[in-house]
Amino acid sequence: MKVLVAVKRVIDYNVKVRVKADQSDVDLANVKMALNPFCEIAVEEAVRLKEAGVASEVVVVSIGPKAVQEQLRTALALGADRAIQVETDELPDSLAVAKLLQAIVAQEQPQLVILGKQAIDSDNNQTGQMLGALTGMPQGTFASKVVVDVNSVNVTREVDGGLQTVKLQLPAIVTTDLRLNEPRYASLPNIMKAKKKPLDVTTPADLGVNVARTVKVLKVEAPAERSAGVKVASVAELVDKLKNEAKII
Amino acid sequence: MSILVIAEHNNSELNGATLKTLAAAQQIGADIDLLVAGHGCQAVAAAAAKVAGVSNVLVADDAAYGHFLAENLGDLVAKLGAGYSHILAAATTTGKNFLPRVAALLDVAQISDIVSVESSDTFKRPIYAGNAIATVQSSDPIKVISVRTTAFDAVAAEGGSASIEAISAAGDSGKASFVGEELAKSERPELTAARVIISGGRGMQNGDNFQLLEKVADKLGAAIGASRAAVDAGFVPNDYQVGQTGKIVAPELYIAVGISGAIQHLAGMKDSKVIVAINKDEEAPIFQIADYGMVADLFTVLPELEQAL
Ligand SMILES: Cc1cc2nc3c(=O)[nH]c(=O)nc-3n(C[C@H](O)[C@H](O)[C@H](O)COP(=O)(O)OP(=O)(O)OC[C@H]3O[C@@H](n4cnc5c(N)ncnc54)[C@H](O)[C@@H]3O)c2cc1C
Ligand SMILES: Nc1ncnc2c1ncn2[C@@H]1O[C@H](COP(=O)(O)O)[C@@H](O)[C@H]1O
Repeated sequence: MKVLVAVKRVIDYNVKVRVKADQSDVDLANVKMALNPFCEIAVEEAVRLKEAGVASEVVVVSIGPKAVQEQLRTALALGADRAIQVETDELPDSLAVAKLLQAIVAQEQPQLVILGKQAIDSDNNQTGQMLGALTGMPQGTFASKVVVDVNSVNVTREVDGGLQTVKLQLPAIVTTDLRLNEPRYASLPNIMKAKKKPLDVTTPADLGVNVARTVKVLKVEAPAERSAGVKVASVAELVDKLKNEAKII
Repeated sequence: MSILVIAEHNNSELNGATLKTLAAAQQIGADIDLLVAGHGCQAVAAAAAKVAGVSNVLVADDAAYGHFLAENLGDLVAKLGAGYSHILAAATTTGKNFLPRVAALLDVAQISDIVSVESSDTFKRPIYAGNAIATVQSSDPIKVISVRTTAFDAVAAEGGSASIEAISAAGDSGKASFVGEELAKSERPELTAARVIISGGRGMQNGDNFQLLEKVADKLGAAIGASRAAVDAGFVPNDYQVGQTGKIVAPELYIAVGISGAIQHLAGMKDSKVIVAINKDEEAPIFQIADYGMVADLFTVLPELEQAL
């Protein structure tokens, strides 16, 4: 079984972003970039399926400028076999990303496609579901457990009320939640080996997909800042403040 | 211009998130239809018809919708939604699951998690864990939107008199089926609807110690939440997680206990009205946003707090 994993290059989750003075966007100049944490979990899950003998090949794909090759190499170092970059300097929205992935799915014919549940920059939480609709595949989103059978996969999902398990006919889509697994660190030998693994480059035009956006960003602002309040010295003082100052209890 | 809102419910009761989604819809325009898709959900439809500001309640009562599977719900809403200018659902795990399928089937973008309506095509939404707010404008013929419910005040649950119309189901994809669920049973208010929340982090050390929070919660009628670290460590179940990738909450009072205040946690609670932080590390970032901070050991503070309330 072939597994396709979509990975996105995003700002490192430890970096606190700042908005540009002209309010056109956030400032990404000279900030540390990384593999989206949910995508890292997606790669790890695919590699574990390969190690368990369930998957035969793990292909990773990323859409973006040349710099995304860095994240593709990271995924290869984590154990993926082969990478595809869809090169574009535009920042395609989720629907365009889903259409590009749909074209890759048509070429690669994977039985399982794993994506992150959300990219921590856009916080969209859309792409996997959109790919599901476009390809007609069923989806197991926000997965905390994935069990692959011969023609189906059982996915346990983190939902607002607790956990839900669904059974999906293969081929299917899974989007990862935080507790699906704990990604490994790439070892130095594996980082070296990753440099020699195949990385193919294609373009939206090759794939016949128009990546023009229909949603325009008019402005990006900093949120209303909360300022630090006061320190209280005792529980009695805290309760008094909550009762008489904040009048909340 | 007419708006289709998808009701969130559990086949017996209408979820409060629906009333907030309707509030966002009302800011866009007046003509609102509310879709109740479920199985054995007639009581929900009856309740939905009483909600202020709804013109028509459309009911798709079919086994295919009993567990709100995204494949089936997506097909239904895309088919029905083609005739509307806007399609809105709450940004709950149910809404997040099916709504992007609707957008893709209609070949339009989805605008996730809006926190304000600027005009019928322009909305604000948080990005980068709430560290920036983007104003976005859509030129799509149909705007598919998920609504961050904490940003909108619920419309009145009573006072309306919408017509109820049964609509036919769009079939079962046959590709996905419900196997089972483990739903948290709690006497406490639901996190996203609670007036007061007390959350524990890694500082709680283990799940048993959450009893200290429960005793305080009992006194305050509070819901209990947690940081990701507390959930990952197995102290409490996943549905307790507050944050960028957990639940977004904005209660009147949020008490963070043994939580450092990582940006991903703050993203889920910094719109709370009053924030209290209890942490033994005075450098903890949570103090930068807390109205009342107490630098102390939680194991002495919590029993005292329980006594004092
Ligand atoms: C992609 C991604 C998504 C994430 N999403 C979320 C999310 O949705 N929600 C979330 O919460 N996190 C999320 N995180 C994790 C986040 O980055 C932090 O790791 C997490 O919030 C830390 O939890 P914590 O504050 O409980 O633990 P810690 O950071 O370890 O803090 C524990 C605190 O307890 C205090 N403490 C310890 N003992 C005591 C005591 N006896 N008395 C008083 N204080 C004490 C310590 O001083 C410390 O400040 C996410 C991370 C990533 C990468
Ligand atoms: N540019 C991209 N390249 C590859 N995968 C992507 C890209 N954008 C989004 N994805 C995938 O879609 C997931 C969810 O992203 P989003 O819907 O934007 O929150 C990510 O975790 C990735 O798996």
